[in-house]
Amino acid sequence: MEPMKYHFEVKGDDFSVAGENSSKVKKILRQLGFDPETIRRVAIAMYEAEINMVIHAEGGYIDAEISPDKVKIVLQDKGPGIPDIEKAMQEGYSTATNSVRELGFGAGMGLPNIKKYSDDLVINTVVGEGTRLEITVNV
Amino acid sequence: MKLSDVKEILNAEILTGEELMDKEVYSACGCDLMSDVLAFVKDRALLLTGLMNPQVVRTAEMMDIETIIFVRGKRPDDSILGMAKMKDIIIMRTEYPLYIAAGKLYEKGLGNKDRK
Repeated sequence: MEPMKYHFEVKGDDFSVAGENSSKVKKILRQLGFDPETIRRVAIAMYEAEINMVIHAEGGYIDAEISPDKVKIVLQDKGPGIPDIEKAMQEGYSTATNSVRELGFGAGMGLPNIKKYSDDLVINTVVGEGTRLEITVNV
Repeated sequence: MKLSDVKEILNAEILTGEELMDKEVYSACGCDLMSDVLAFVKDRALLLTGLMNPQVVRTAEMMDIETIIFVRGKRPDDSILGMAKMKDIIIMRTEYPLYIAAGKLYEKGLGNKDRK
């Protein structure tokens, strides 16, 4: 069976709507009858990544591929890239600004959390060009 | 614990979801840092927070958190309440600070069964 494909744009300048696309994907998965735990894992991982895009990278786009046995979310931005992936994967390490922290984010849990909730996480990043995240959650 | 009991213990005002006060809650999380809510809340908990922006509602939605209680007497604006209504999330507010609100619920047995 061909996977169902969805494409989303993420605006980089509007924190108030950040996460709207994750909300849409969560709704789609619920309508398709996926089990609640799978839905929750996809929603949290995608939401963290979507917030990252808004906080760090001025937006980008997201492609979601939904198959009966797995959900794949690919997020591509044209942001600054991640200079030190190893550090970024450590819990508590963050480069977020104070204004982001005041909004309740930037605790350095984003990437570790995405890894925790997904079955596979591939990060390709080039400093000055952007970052591509491929998140897979097996059903 | 029923939400109606939570409301009474915290002397809270219901802002959305008045008809849902019969719902049961089994645990709670007191946190102003949504990053940590996303990382550490395991089961469907009630969220006590002093943070006031739409991402609180969005975070609750992602975590399957059905109830948010704003502490320290803060009053969410219409954009937050409208979003909560759309997503069937119950919102209350209490004058108590986070520490005391959490303590009161814990003392009455919410979420302290398996941690003693």
